[in-house]
Amino acid sequence: MHDSSARNRRLVWLAVGLLFVLHHDFWWWGTTTLILGFLPIGLAYHLLFSVAAGCVWFAMVKFAWPSHVEEFADGKTPDVKAPSPKP
Amino acid sequence: MIPIYIICGYLLLLLGLGLASNHFFRGTAKDYFVASHSIGPFMLLMSIFGTTMTAFALVGSTGKAYTTGIGVYGLMASWSGLIHSACFFLIGIKLWAIGKRYGYVTQVQFFRERFESEMLGRILFPVLVLLVIPYLLIGIIGAGSVMRGLTVGTFAEAFPATNGAIPPWLTGAVICAVVLTYVFWGGVRGAVWANTFQTLVFMGTGIIAFYMIAKALGGAGAASQKALEVAPELLAREGKIGHLQFLTYCFVPLSVGMFPHLFQHWLTAKSAKSFRLTCVAHPICIMIVWIPCILIGIWAAGNGIKAPPNAVLGRMVSELVHSPYLTGLLIAGVLAAIMSSLDSQFMCLGTMFTRDVVQHHFGENRFNDQQTIWLARGFIVFIVAVTYVLSLFPPPHVFDLGVWCFSGFASLFPLAFAAVYWRRVTKAGAISSLLVTVGVWVVLFTRDMSAKGKSGGEDELLVFGMMPVAIIFGASVLTLVVVSLLTQPPSRNTINKFFPEALKGLPS
Repeated sequence: MHDSSARNRRLVWLAVGLLFVLHHDFWWWGTTTLILGFLPIGLAYHLLFSVAAGCVWFAMVKFAWPSHVEEFADGKTPDVKAPSPKP
Repeated sequence: MIPIYIICGYLLLLLGLGLASNHFFRGTAKDYFVASHSIGPFMLLMSIFGTTMTAFALVGSTGKAYTTGIGVYGLMASWSGLIHSACFFLIGIKLWAIGKRYGYVTQVQFFRERFESEMLGRILFPVLVLLVIPYLLIGIIGAGSVMRGLTVGTFAEAFPATNGAIPPWLTGAVICAVVLTYVFWGGVRGAVWANTFQTLVFMGTGIIAFYMIAKALGGAGAASQKALEVAPELLAREGKIGHLQFLTYCFVPLSVGMFPHLFQHWLTAKSAKSFRLTCVAHPICIMIVWIPCILIGIWAAGNGIKAPPNAVLGRMVSELVHSPYLTGLLIAGVLAAIMSSLDSQFMCLGTMFTRDVVQHHFGENRFNDQQTIWLARGFIVFIVAVTYVLSLFPPPHVFDLGVWCFSGFASLFPLAFAAVYWRRVTKAGAISSLLVTVGVWVVLFTRDMSAKGKSGGEDELLVFGMMPVAIIFGASVLTLVVVSLLTQPPSRNTINKFFPEALKGLPS
């Protein structure tokens, strides 16, 4: 179970890295073809890129969510010894 | 007169919403500054999205597509979709947790403690304030110029000097008064409520304008086909955007990791789970607003519209749709986009002056909650007044300052990232990095301004084909790493405090 969640997490981060690389769509830098009759291909690609970004972040919150962060924020974890801050 | 009725109705609705939020005010400073950490997923998404999108999302994106073509979307929107969400996930959630646990309300409070340095706070405070002020000015001046462009001839008797258009000083005064009212009474909750409403308005405006303009042009297909025949270069990027410029633009959206007003919005979240919707939906929301505007921009070029870039959207509406209702809605949408950023910035500057200057100097216990809230309100009034007066005498190239503000915040991002992910980063590293960032920023900024002053051109400064932010960012990272490795690590107490086991779920 632990192995598969670690693997999923790595895969999602890999997908983020892949998206970063795929952003630079040099292959149709000069192409003006219209997709669906109205969307220039470069714009259509980046529209899909935005949708893909949403999907990757969906996978991120599903597979790589920091589960203990709430407890820390609410002061329920004991591992902090420092005093409260001066404003 | 119909556009004016729509705008007045919209502003009244906004005021009502802001004042209604005051009924939920719990009377504490915590509630005024961070809404008692009570904001749920939808409102967090809308307020963060509304705050990060300025009038540029509607008016500027259309104008930029009109001159530069479709590449603007990849340059600004799709990079932002990926990188903003990364910042929310990697930085936002951690800072929310740390801020909630230790009661931080401003970035300076956090950095001062994380780096055990009063000095860092003293340097960071003016840098943040000086970067936010031009951003505020752009909003007010932009609103004035958009309103003027869209109302020419409407009030010929009242404003003969501006050909019947509403003069910028009046637009600035009205939006400052409206924003001031709901932020003054409602605090950050008022800003969040108003932002939610305003974000829905400007998203809806873009879609409706797109539909009506496409219909007037005989459909989206016919409009794009005409653009392809008349201005094919705008449907591609060749000759319009360089490869290195396109690649290095990725640094600009990192600015959201250091915006002080976003820091405050993050802290309003009810729980870390509230961030989930924001991370996922933010790229989609950007797409919904930007795609229609980019298409309208290239259609305008295809239809031979002649107008200054920032007036293209208004010209398309007035020449093609002839609907006073859409004109009114468009003005309301542009004002919504501008005010949804202004309110958060006014609120955050008021908070910073109260917390980082007055309370830090006199001590937390010197003022009770009521006094703290009134101090913040006083500062907010002061900042609104100063910004409004400055907007009446805009400096030259004020709109170029926008990109430079974003570049400045983006170049401070390494500081935020290292603060939550790198235990070894030191006080000396942080201070050196901050000073180097400021120094390189000033050198490149003055070079850009003097080049613009001589040529009068509007082209962006590129260094070896790259965005200047890439150079400043590199200098910032290099200094942070080298100086940190050469100096004394932070104390064990600080490491325990900021790197607890519970936050290990986030990549570190």
